[in-house]
Amino acid sequence: MTDNHTFLEVKDLKTRFHTPEGTVFAVNGVSFSLKEGETLAVVGESGCGKSVTMMSLLRLISIPPGKIECGEVIYRDKDLLKLTESEMEHIRGKEIAMIFQDPMTSLNPVLTVGRQLTETLRTHTPMNPDQCRERAITLLDWVGIPDAKNRLNDHPHQFSGGMRQRVMIAMALACTPSLLIADEPTTALDVTIQAQIIELVKRLKQDVGMAMIWITHDLGVVAGMADRVIVMYAGFIVEEALVDDLYDNPLHPYTMALLQALPRADRRREKNLKSIQGSPPNLLAEPVGCPFAPRCEFVKERCVRENPILTEITGGHKTACWVDVKTGGLR
Amino acid sequence: MNEPLVRVENLTKHFPIRSGVIIDRVVGAVRAVDGISFDIQKGETLGMVGESGCGKTTAGRTLLGLYPATSGRTLIDNLSVHESKGADLMKIRRKAQMIFQDPYASLNPRWTVNAIISEPLRVHKLMGSKSDRDDRVKELLELVGLNVRHMNRFPHEFSGGQRQRIGIARALASDPLFIVCDEPISALDVSIQAQVVNLLEKLQDQLGLTYLFVAHDLSMVRHICDRVAVMYLGVMVEIAERDDLYERPRHPYTQALLSAVPLPDPRKERARQRTILTGDVPSPINPPTGCRFHPRCPIAVDRCKAEVPEWKDVAPGHKVACHLVES
Amino acid sequence: MTTTQNLPDQLLVTEVESPPLTLADLTWRRFRRHKMAIFGAFVLVFLFLYSFGGAFFVTEKYANKTNTKERLQAPSAAHPFGTDTVGRDILARTIYGGQISIVIGLTAAFVEVMVGILIGAIAGYFGGKIDSLLMRFTEAMLNMPTLLILIIMSKFFSDKIANVNILGRTISGSVIVIIFIIGLTSWPYLARIVRAEFLSLKEREFILAARATGTPNWEIIFKHILPNTIAPVVVNATLGVANAISSEAYVSFLGMGVRAPTATWGNMLENAYRYIETAYWLWLFPGLLIVLITLSINFLGDGLRDALDPRSRTV
Repeated sequence: MTDNHTFLEVKDLKTRFHTPEGTVFAVNGVSFSLKEGETLAVVGESGCGKSVTMMSLLRLISIPPGKIECGEVIYRDKDLLKLTESEMEHIRGKEIAMIFQDPMTSLNPVLTVGRQLTETLRTHTPMNPDQCRERAITLLDWVGIPDAKNRLNDHPHQFSGGMRQRVMIAMALACTPSLLIADEPTTALDVTIQAQIIELVKRLKQDVGMAMIWITHDLGVVAGMADRVIVMYAGFIVEEALVDDLYDNPLHPYTMALLQALPRADRRREKNLKSIQGSPPNLLAEPVGCPFAPRCEFVKERCVRENPILTEITGGHKTACWVDVKTGGLR
Repeated sequence: MNEPLVRVENLTKHFPIRSGVIIDRVVGAVRAVDGISFDIQKGETLGMVGESGCGKTTAGRTLLGLYPATSGRTLIDNLSVHESKGADLMKIRRKAQMIFQDPYASLNPRWTVNAIISEPLRVHKLMGSKSDRDDRVKELLELVGLNVRHMNRFPHEFSGGQRQRIGIARALASDPLFIVCDEPISALDVSIQAQVVNLLEKLQDQLGLTYLFVAHDLSMVRHICDRVAVMYLGVMVEIAERDDLYERPRHPYTQALLSAVPLPDPRKERARQRTILTGDVPSPINPPTGCRFHPRCPIAVDRCKAEVPEWKDVAPGHKVACHLVES
Repeated sequence: MTTTQNLPDQLLVTEVESPPLTLADLTWRRFRRHKMAIFGAFVLVFLFLYSFGGAFFVTEKYANKTNTKERLQAPSAAHPFGTDTVGRDILARTIYGGQISIVIGLTAAFVEVMVGILIGAIAGYFGGKIDSLLMRFTEAMLNMPTLLILIIMSKFFSDKIANVNILGRTISGSVIVIIFIIGLTSWPYLARIVRAEFLSLKEREFILAARATGTPNWEIIFKHILPNTIAPVVVNATLGVANAISSEAYVSFLGMGVRAPTATWGNMLENAYRYIETAYWLWLFPGLLIVLITLSINFLGDGLRDALDPRSRTV
């Protein structure tokens, strides 16, 4: 069960990409924390910076053109941004694991699945080859791959999309990490397969007791998985809340707008979807004022001038907005 | 009941699999669509849902005649799509159009927006002069909510949502009656999806359009469609009025599908009992015998393996293909 | 309270945030970074000016003027590149020879491109039996020893075509023969590339959209697909020019190419092999020019290939 112990704290993380077309302000001062065993969902549309934030955390950003401009990532008293590359290699895969959207490109197509699994184990644990093999079979079993022993000798393309994602999960969990970061792992999967994977991940999480950061744009998936949610827009966190609070009482206009733009499969149609006017933000410009101001229905003069800071409003529920959405006036 | 605008009868599309070094031999077939039948009334939006490999995209393209049909036929406004040639076929192309999934691939990157949208006008010789065509293009751009000053720009200068609008403008250029929307919003962000869906609905009201809405997002389908058809591995397993399907699904696959849809409501999600299907979707090359769903079906019996279920009415306007569903 | 537009149905989109770069701009920018390509381009411009501009300083009559008393003279003030076996000034001959070599390169490449595109497009778009037939033919052509064909055809035809009179100059009919023969033997490379492009492009959604509109096949081929194959065609055409110039040089060196009285850099080498050590200026200057033009075209081609590559996302 969850301890109330914060083991990851990200402070004011800023990541930019220096491209010939200009500087891309991808992550603009992101701060959040994570407790043992907790599932944090990071929600936002494309370009909001959710993937870049997590990749920065694990120092997986390509250093030119990317650059982590400032910030701290404190993982159990160590600042990950200050570690050497070889120290990071001990963290990645062993303490913090990451899985991605497309398992076909994350898995090496020319190596068997068994080889890739045992390689992870050999790198991070002192087990000998036979022990690694046994563990690999156990892992495949655990993630629900039938006939695990023989499947060790298969290559990734011999598995279906859902199976490949299970293999990815097996690889990620091989060394029982404390934290699993999942970047849109079910976005490319069919809805029935997605349901299978989500059930699997929930079960595994309980068995292992690990924390999870789940990146997605799907507010339905978030509702079913997360303990806490952060909503990102243009490289900023605009709202943070416990999952029930976020859906019952969204405080940021963007969150509200996203929820109102969602159709429901469990309700009769009542009215038109409320769309958000305008287009996604241009990340090539240094952000001035609130990034959502051009599209916000509650916008005030102050919003255009000054970027609001993420502030706690009620227990654990934070928002970065000058306006009280219930009254429509400034806070 | 009025004559339907679109009538599909036993439409089948198989893609042959060829093998051989010097001489190509046909060694098998991908049975992408295997005998589907349905109608669409004028002004209606029919949704077609299913997971990958179910054949919905192939069905949409085949019924418009973009792929030749292996067997069966489609009638659009009483014209037979697969039997028409020449001028008759051009008539069908004017009346029945398509909107595509990928806003980045469905526009020619070397053509201006003006050229893209006016292509139907040129091909069907609908306007007299270039300036007439330009006027119509401006009209269409305004209709879909784009700025007419951008007429001479190229697709790469627009965002995904804007490109999708360009595709919609192109589909509307020849004043069609019927549009097949092939996953038109899957590649777009959530906030843009709502914009495009609202636009499609507004256009339907304004211009009296009929839609076939092919999609995999069951929540969006419930929002926009009047009736919904469910496909699995090339066959249609259920079709019903929208609310009837979502509230009283009869086919076990439909039930499993609906049970898998994530809802943006944490309490409901926690309380839910899901029907989780085991295994993966089998390949359309060698579909299972009898009812194609039987290997994954939680209530399958021996009969399901041996006999193909009948496509029958179980309630007014509600058809199902399952041995175990009573009328 | 909304300070932005009053939108009745929230459907309008704001200004297109377009980059100021058109596809042409992007291409030019990428090209600019390829230093060797810029160098190649400069050298080509120089060579072009040398051959065509040089004609203003030296008449053709002078280039063809024989003077046995002055034969085989080493480079000097009067004859900067020396004289050849019959006393003609080599510098002047390289100027006029250059014109012919360049023209042969350009027109042969043109023939190659026209035939290659036609065959590649039809094979790639229609597929099936047409494709098989055209491709077997193309492969057969590829497997033929082109140089041999060049030599044989040239020997057979060159004497049969009369000299042409263009702009007051008499050009040997063999030039026309060479142009066609090179063009007609080098198209297979381009045809294969164009076919590959067509095979992949015809599956793209915008082509499906064109078919859904009712656009006829020939329009799809020439207006839709072909403009999207510009990159490999341009690169290949550029390299084709270099190839044509080298091929002409080979054949003329063997005495089977362009005949007198017309000079080309290639046929200037024809008699030079007997004097390789004794009169180096006979082969050095024309040879150098051939190498220079071939290399610079290749650099240019490299630069174009990178610049036009749609996959390269960087600018």
